[in-house]
Amino acid sequence: MGRYLARRLGFILFTMLLASVIIFVITQLMPGDVAQMIAGRWATQEALAKLRTELGLNRPVVVQYLDWVGRFIVGDWGKSLTTGSEALPLVMSRLRNSAMLAGLAFLFYVPPGILLGVVAALKRDQLIDQLITAVSMAFVGLPEFVSGLLLIAFIALGLGWLPANSSIDPGASFVEAFPQLILPAIAVSLTSLGYVARMTRSSTIEVLRTDYVRIAYLKGLPRHQVLFKHVLRNALLPTVTVVAMGIGWLIGGLIVTEAVFGYPGLGRLLVYGIQRRDLILIQACSMVIITIYSVSNLVADILYGLLNPRIRLG
Amino acid sequence: MSAATNDQLPILDVQDLSVAYATEAGMLHTVRHVSLRVGRGEVYGLVGESGSGKTTLASAVVRYLPANGRILGGRVLLNGVNLLELSPADMRRVWGAQIAVVPQSPRTSVNPSIVIGEQIAEVARVHLGMSRPAAWQKALDMLHQVGMPDPEAVALRYAHQLSGGMLQRVLIAMALTTNPQLLIMDEPTTGLDVTTEAVILDLIQELLQRYQSAALYITHNLGVVARICNWVGVMYAGELMEEGSIQDVFKCAMHPYTLGLLGCVPRVDASKHEVRLYTIPGYIPRLDQLPGGCIFAPRCMLAEAACQEQRPPLVEVNPRHLTACRRWPEVEADRGRFVRFQERVSSARQMSDEPPVLEAQGIKKYFKSTGRMFSLGLSGKMPMVRAVDDISLSARRNLTVGIVGESGCGKTTLARCIVGLEEATAGEVMLEGQRLPAAVTRRPRALLKKLQMVFQNPDASLNPQHTVADIIGRPLVLLGNIGKEAVLERCAALLEAVNLPVSYLNRLPHELSGGEKQRVAIARAFAAQPSVLICDEPISALDVSVQAALLNLLVELQAAEGNAYLFISHDLAAVRHISDWIVIVYLGRLWEVGPAAQVFAPPMHPYTEALLSAIPIPDPDVRQERIRLSGSVPSAVNIPPGCRFHTRCPRKLGPICESEEPPWQSVDGQHRICCHIPLDTLCQLQKDVLDTARSSPCAPTPAGLGSGV
Repeated sequence: MGRYLARRLGFILFTMLLASVIIFVITQLMPGDVAQMIAGRWATQEALAKLRTELGLNRPVVVQYLDWVGRFIVGDWGKSLTTGSEALPLVMSRLRNSAMLAGLAFLFYVPPGILLGVVAALKRDQLIDQLITAVSMAFVGLPEFVSGLLLIAFIALGLGWLPANSSIDPGASFVEAFPQLILPAIAVSLTSLGYVARMTRSSTIEVLRTDYVRIAYLKGLPRHQVLFKHVLRNALLPTVTVVAMGIGWLIGGLIVTEAVFGYPGLGRLLVYGIQRRDLILIQACSMVIITIYSVSNLVADILYGLLNPRIRLG
Repeated sequence: MSAATNDQLPILDVQDLSVAYATEAGMLHTVRHVSLRVGRGEVYGLVGESGSGKTTLASAVVRYLPANGRILGGRVLLNGVNLLELSPADMRRVWGAQIAVVPQSPRTSVNPSIVIGEQIAEVARVHLGMSRPAAWQKALDMLHQVGMPDPEAVALRYAHQLSGGMLQRVLIAMALTTNPQLLIMDEPTTGLDVTTEAVILDLIQELLQRYQSAALYITHNLGVVARICNWVGVMYAGELMEEGSIQDVFKCAMHPYTLGLLGCVPRVDASKHEVRLYTIPGYIPRLDQLPGGCIFAPRCMLAEAACQEQRPPLVEVNPRHLTACRRWPEVEADRGRFVRFQERVSSARQMSDEPPVLEAQGIKKYFKSTGRMFSLGLSGKMPMVRAVDDISLSARRNLTVGIVGESGCGKTTLARCIVGLEEATAGEVMLEGQRLPAAVTRRPRALLKKLQMVFQNPDASLNPQHTVADIIGRPLVLLGNIGKEAVLERCAALLEAVNLPVSYLNRLPHELSGGEKQRVAIARAFAAQPSVLICDEPISALDVSVQAALLNLLVELQAAEGNAYLFISHDLAAVRHISDWIVIVYLGRLWEVGPAAQVFAPPMHPYTEALLSAIPIPDPDVRQERIRLSGSVPSAVNIPPGCRFHTRCPRKLGPICESEEPPWQSVDGQHRICCHIPLDTLCQLQKDVLDTARSSPCAPTPAGLGSGV
């Protein structure tokens, strides 16, 4: 297990390094000159040259890259080119918002998804299974901007139960923000709910067919014991991995949902940065998202290893 | 012991049981009107080819059929209680407590993510009402009972950390935890090596005697039945054909199917030069197309018109000896005609002096250990798997070299190196005096065609999208330059040579049975007119009757074409039957080489001796020496120093075996062995074995529960 972990960790560090190079190169290739953007269209050549020297833009690209990575690691992420505020606290407050939304969405889809999947597998080919399968297929195929708009139209505007706009105050606590989190969390959950349910269903069916489950029944174990001890432990292995990897997507990848509901998360900040060509924000947001993706991948690997004795003891 | 139990209530009494599967094609009546009884302390063997319904019958007895299975009629009495009338909840109380099942594939039958000990302990908790610590103690005790070394450590391990033989012990321990009245064993040793099988069979035999359970033992292996059962039922296409005590059925079989099955099995004491194996023509009928009269009639050598009119009932010809053949009086009266179905032939060929067609010199194949997928990488040193470590052998025209050894000993890697599918690390292969490049891709076509291979699994070696004509014609087109019509003509001739109808040319592999597919694979190999044919376990996946037919086919083709064969198998009887020359492989090296007749009679090398004594022989009167190898073949990464066999050798001399590589000793001309023990000592050992075997009276009781030699 130790070796396995070390390997995964090394792999993730390598991924992040590679990602940082790509992000840096892309932001370098973006049209427009950084100094020009900061100084404004009418700045003089002297002012621009001075600014370039200050910003270190005259140095070789490799040196600039290393400088950027070094600063990033120690927490000096620079100032937003458009708002002039420090990037680090800004990104962090958005990350916090994203995490709140992700946490709620997670609760909305993981337990129900697993439950539905297991029920469908146990009632295989019966009406309830067909129902669950059909619904989860529909959910998987439903894009978030559609489900989000439908939710806004019916639940927020039609019934008036929940607010349509989720632009919470910066620094609002989870409890304060809760009413505004529900609708976007549901919108996000639907796709994943279907995915988790289908995944759980197929792996449970597979395990139910194994020889060791047959033997467990033939040992005369009570049904619930066979199910929880012999079936689910093995059947949920692939689901756990997918769910853990989904954390990264939940936090960094909700760009569309956040836009639909006007929710101030990390995705929205990234879009804002891209629209304004705010290199500092783009770099900071991208690196945070990459980091979260990598960490959630690592978590998935660790969980898989912990649950699977072949790896834990291999 | 068996006669005494007749008066008592049998533990298991199956009466007129019929089972069917609901399929798209309608109901398939897999088991029809089968009755059988198993008394306390008895082992009832259920034999038959695949598709005979044995496993369905066992599943019906425990009421664990697949979802589309239906029990259509009959009763299953366990101590007088009809299991078929129990509620699911009551049935659950019977499972594990009164009936326990030992399944076929130990590797997939143990839960991979729960420690071994817990999987045994949970049975004790549920059925014996034990507390956690007491149940754990019980689990340790059970592991000890099944001869598991170091039960405390094993109890904490997971399935992937144990070998197949160890896992089968675990499953047996699990089954016996509650001391159930009935054990159902479904081919419990089928996937195991012959040496491991022997050890597990000894264990089963000993435990059944100790626990006095009744056991229903399902197998396709007549040798296993003869070794451990008291009673045997022969099933065919869902019905019992014959039933009786082991002695009755093996010594005075009253049904032509039983006689046929017995005749199919190659014997260790006779080769292709003495006998031609009996084969049962045709195949098991499809369940939706059963013949009207006797279901075996279409394949029976005794069938007459009357046999096809009415289904013959099971009649009791002797006390508890039943047969479903209406001509049994003729079978009995004229047994001389039927007792030995194996024809005697005499075609002994002399070892010729002509140079060998194939010579492999000092073949080595080392792999980088990829061991555990995830543990690689960080530490630099890669351990080497020495799969084949310096093996030399040669093959001559018209003769067959048998290559024998346990799984993991390097047989297949050796074959793949010779054919070029693996690039040998060292050594060279000479074919008809020409040196072959190591990799098949660099070998010239003219030489490629001379070296052909038949693989174990025809499903994997035949392209499912190609017709039989494509498959057989491909080497003809590639390796020769002949026209389209000539190719078809030659394909037809080849099909005929492997005893398949020419109409099969347009079929796809999935339209053929396992035996037919292997025939196509053999035809493809012969299409290139090879001078050497390598057969890697060509019959292992097939039923006994099909095995016999293929062995006969290979023998006939060799007699006609004069090819040299390399025949790889773990089945010693088959190897003995077909080979002229035998080499014994263990951990990548040869340990004994010699003419087939001399290698086994008597076995000189301790490893050969152990292999030979492990073969289950389908004759209850045969008394075998009981040499058992402990553990499994060591990993080819950590090969033991000195003699590689010393860790398991039952005749180990002493420290010399652990430190020095043994020398080659010549037994008799070409027969050589590699062992530290002096030849004289080995000869004396074998003489003693023979003497004890002669002096011990041949007990009339079934070999089943008698004490071993």
